[in-house]
Amino acid sequence: MSDVTARPRAIGIPMDRIDGVQKVTGTATYAYEWPLDQPVYLYPVQSTIASGRVTGVDSALAEAEPGVLAVLSHLNAPTLTRPEDPELAVLQSDEVAWRGQFIGAVVAESLETARRAAGLVRVGYESRPPDVVLRADRDDLYSPVHAAVFGTGGGELQDGSPADSVLGDVDTALAASPTMVDATYSTPMYHNNPMEPHTAVVTWLDGELIVRCSTQGASMSQALISGVLGLEPGRVRVISPHVGGAFGSKVYPHSYAVLAAMAARMVRRPVKFSLTRQQMFALVGYRPASIQRIRLAAGRDGRLTALSHEVIEQTAKAKGYAEQVGVCSRMMYAAPHRRTTHRLAPLDVPVPTIMRAPGEAQGMYALESAMDEMALACGLDPVEFRIRNEPEVHPESGLPFSSRRLTDCLREGARRAGWDHRDPVPRSRREGRWLVGTGVAASTYPSPRFPGNAATIRLAPDGHYTVRIAAADLGTGTWTALTQIAADALSVPVGQVEMRIGDTALPAASVAGFSAGINSWGTAIWEAADRLRARLQAEHGGIAPPEGLEVTAELPGGNPDAERYAMHSFGAQFAEVRVDEDTGEVRVTRLLGMFDVGRVINPKTARSQLIGGMTQGISMALYEHSVLDPRFGHVVNQDFAQYHIASAADVHSVEAHWLDEPDPYTNPMGAKGLGEVGITGTAAAIANAVHHATGVRIRELPITLDKLVS
Amino acid sequence: MKPFRYERADEVPAAVATLLREPEAAYLAGGTNLVDLMRLEVTTPEVLIDVRRLTSDRIEELPDGGLRIGAAVTGSDLAADPRVRRRYPALSQALLSGASGQLRNLATTGGNLLQRTRCPYFQNVTTPCNKRLPGSGCSAVEGYQRDMAILGASPACVATHPSDMAVALDALDAVVTVVGPDAERRIPLTELYRLPDATPDRDTVLERGELITGVELPPPHSAARSRYRKVRDRASYAFALVSVAAALEVTGGAVRDVAIALGGVAHKPWRATTAEAVLRGAPATRESFVDAAAAELAAARPLPGNAFKVPLARNTMVSTLLELLEEAR
Repeated sequence: MSDVTARPRAIGIPMDRIDGVQKVTGTATYAYEWPLDQPVYLYPVQSTIASGRVTGVDSALAEAEPGVLAVLSHLNAPTLTRPEDPELAVLQSDEVAWRGQFIGAVVAESLETARRAAGLVRVGYESRPPDVVLRADRDDLYSPVHAAVFGTGGGELQDGSPADSVLGDVDTALAASPTMVDATYSTPMYHNNPMEPHTAVVTWLDGELIVRCSTQGASMSQALISGVLGLEPGRVRVISPHVGGAFGSKVYPHSYAVLAAMAARMVRRPVKFSLTRQQMFALVGYRPASIQRIRLAAGRDGRLTALSHEVIEQTAKAKGYAEQVGVCSRMMYAAPHRRTTHRLAPLDVPVPTIMRAPGEAQGMYALESAMDEMALACGLDPVEFRIRNEPEVHPESGLPFSSRRLTDCLREGARRAGWDHRDPVPRSRREGRWLVGTGVAASTYPSPRFPGNAATIRLAPDGHYTVRIAAADLGTGTWTALTQIAADALSVPVGQVEMRIGDTALPAASVAGFSAGINSWGTAIWEAADRLRARLQAEHGGIAPPEGLEVTAELPGGNPDAERYAMHSFGAQFAEVRVDEDTGEVRVTRLLGMFDVGRVINPKTARSQLIGGMTQGISMALYEHSVLDPRFGHVVNQDFAQYHIASAADVHSVEAHWLDEPDPYTNPMGAKGLGEVGITGTAAAIANAVHHATGVRIRELPITLDKLVS
Repeated sequence: MKPFRYERADEVPAAVATLLREPEAAYLAGGTNLVDLMRLEVTTPEVLIDVRRLTSDRIEELPDGGLRIGAAVTGSDLAADPRVRRRYPALSQALLSGASGQLRNLATTGGNLLQRTRCPYFQNVTTPCNKRLPGSGCSAVEGYQRDMAILGASPACVATHPSDMAVALDALDAVVTVVGPDAERRIPLTELYRLPDATPDRDTVLERGELITGVELPPPHSAARSRYRKVRDRASYAFALVSVAAALEVTGGAVRDVAIALGGVAHKPWRATTAEAVLRGAPATRESFVDAAAAELAAARPLPGNAFKVPLARNTMVSTLLELLEEAR
């Protein structure tokens, strides 16, 4: 069992955020606000074609504007070290791979001048017709080939999973089944859209590059930026203490940080660059669109005999990003015959990226919708149907789960949501003009630990501890939760612990992503604390020496128990929706989630994370949708007036509860990841509730009123 | 954003004179739409003439029982006015269904009427648009059509007018007062806006230099009730896919008088005169309402991407009239 049961004091307490006062008083310094001596400002020039090449750049008018210092294009940009990530090869050729790609930039004394002058740069193009439409019948679909950046699986999907998996004989089992579901679900492009835009404020100082930016991983940004610029990693410092939201779009540094660094090198002045909201729709990634065919077969006992999940997803010609959309179907339910596949459609579109619960967000919408359809086909309650298909061990790897309490989540969630009183017949409940329905779906997300973490703890003679690790707080409460972990690991009150994060001058840390942050950083801190306590006892009799004591723990590897156990968070979500019979307007009046996320470090920030994920799930289900124009290749609705995210009026009762039982193997704290599990399954719970309310099954997100009005 | 000058006139004639003198000038009131368009370089005036203090910011009683609303009255003030709430509920409801509290605090009545379409191609200077750049083509007619018009559109432009307030004013028979280089004139709101035809760059019949000074509302009929219903995916902070402003007066089970205007369906607030004609004198029943809506929408020419607006407009008209009928009981 985990160590934490022996000494929990701060863990489990709903502590206020330690950076809360700074944030609400406006004194937390975000990247763009960093005071600099005589900064200059960058505004980019973006391509207005989606495919082709730049044939000429006339910058005379722009250069003539008073206050303009430089106009960059591929004609004069510094040559970069060929990056592994093609997205980072900024201004290295005349090729245009998507509309909105950087093809130049203006650096000027004021932002207004830079923006104005950027509009005066005249660009000639040789244009090819863009190819941006995702269809299942394209003849150029290919199996992902790129090695993953994350994960240890060595597979082709970006989490390290293999592209395909096969067990048994799915086709024969499907043909032999008395009950079958064969349905195709689709999800659109979604854009991450954190509140704080992507920003890089870059200074060259004595041959050292200082990048103040908004990132989910200072250490990874340091490695990628230094690599592209041909610098030793030690000569690039990335500073990012506060991050105003990210949702995955700030894992990679993308091209903007490289562009700002190039510009700063050219003009020998500090450069400030922050993207506009419209630019964020072309330059910092998005969740790629998917088309998913699911086939399920079940016996008369309501047990699945076959499960097939075939995924076609959009990717960029510029970079073959492959998301693990169907991987959830490899571990959710038992079935002897199973198959998952992933194929990519290469398009003239911006490079996709990680977005909250990459893969599971789309995959669990499709799988959990299909499970609802199958429960109905079998004449079973959808809660009971899921419980009946619960696997003993991971259905494909055969590994036991480190902990898996999905059944408890379904039962307890059903009890709290009043599920027993539900009339299962669709369109059976009406209140005035509203058709009312309820739906359920399961949630899941892996709970990995990343390699490459180190933590240093210094004990001062006065008994105070300073903990240093280049972790990131995206606004989620990491700073506070890590302080609680450190305090318990050291067996001291939190007031004796100061946490420093968000700077590559601190010991290296993995990215805040894949719900791995607390697991990875917390373990490094725990290990450093254990070593410090041991040394303090052995060498100093438990008394802080006058010179202080400092210990660093380096954890180059991940979780050794991951070879023996499958580690995942779970949950069950229950949605109540109202659909206006006249207009098709959908309102989510209640959303209740019951989660199995191991031990919760801070119930206050954990609840915010979970209800934040569920709220983003409401948006995913009903509103968000990046519309690609097939002729121009750009996202048409590239601002918040047109790209709709749930507003306050759309969010009614959202409850998140958890079982709060430590996982024995994930980490010393007993915690599992909870940053992403909250958005998985939400869209399916809502879609299933819409079906229950109206009798109409929507298999294409988002569920907008045009799909329901008649 | 193109650099511009800012000027503030002391009186209306001076403002009009300045605008006529400058080749590229625009009146500035709340600026909630104009400044956005300048940032996007959709419009690039060289001079902004601030008229916010030149027109009245008060709502006054007219001798006939109507109201005169100064052009500088903010959306917040107009929506909250007790006389408006009591006598013209559709107007208050329309205002509160649009924008946000912050925007309504700044946006003026005159500016609201003259806001430009939110067609995404109009707002994106890298795509063709006849309204922004005459002769460049319409990107929307074969592009993203969800928000586009189903009534009165032309091959040159399928944009919709975004204002909620104007739809309510259209149904309430409002009259706009305008000062121009020569004289003041009064324009019924139903005649203020143009259909796009071949010149979609002109939203209204206003001549160059003309400035809206106020809006007059005729007295509501004592027995009439009015209502505004806005339909959209998101519960707030979204433009109407379809909206309906309606006033209904029923006597002895029959429709004595009715006014209906639709939003989100045309280049202007769409006064449903055909439906009104069908309803006057007809029994006040669901069947009549359905017939009237169908008659009005017989002229609809939807695009593949907005065909849903036809049943949506029909259903919303019928349900709004039914709600007014229920209210009258």
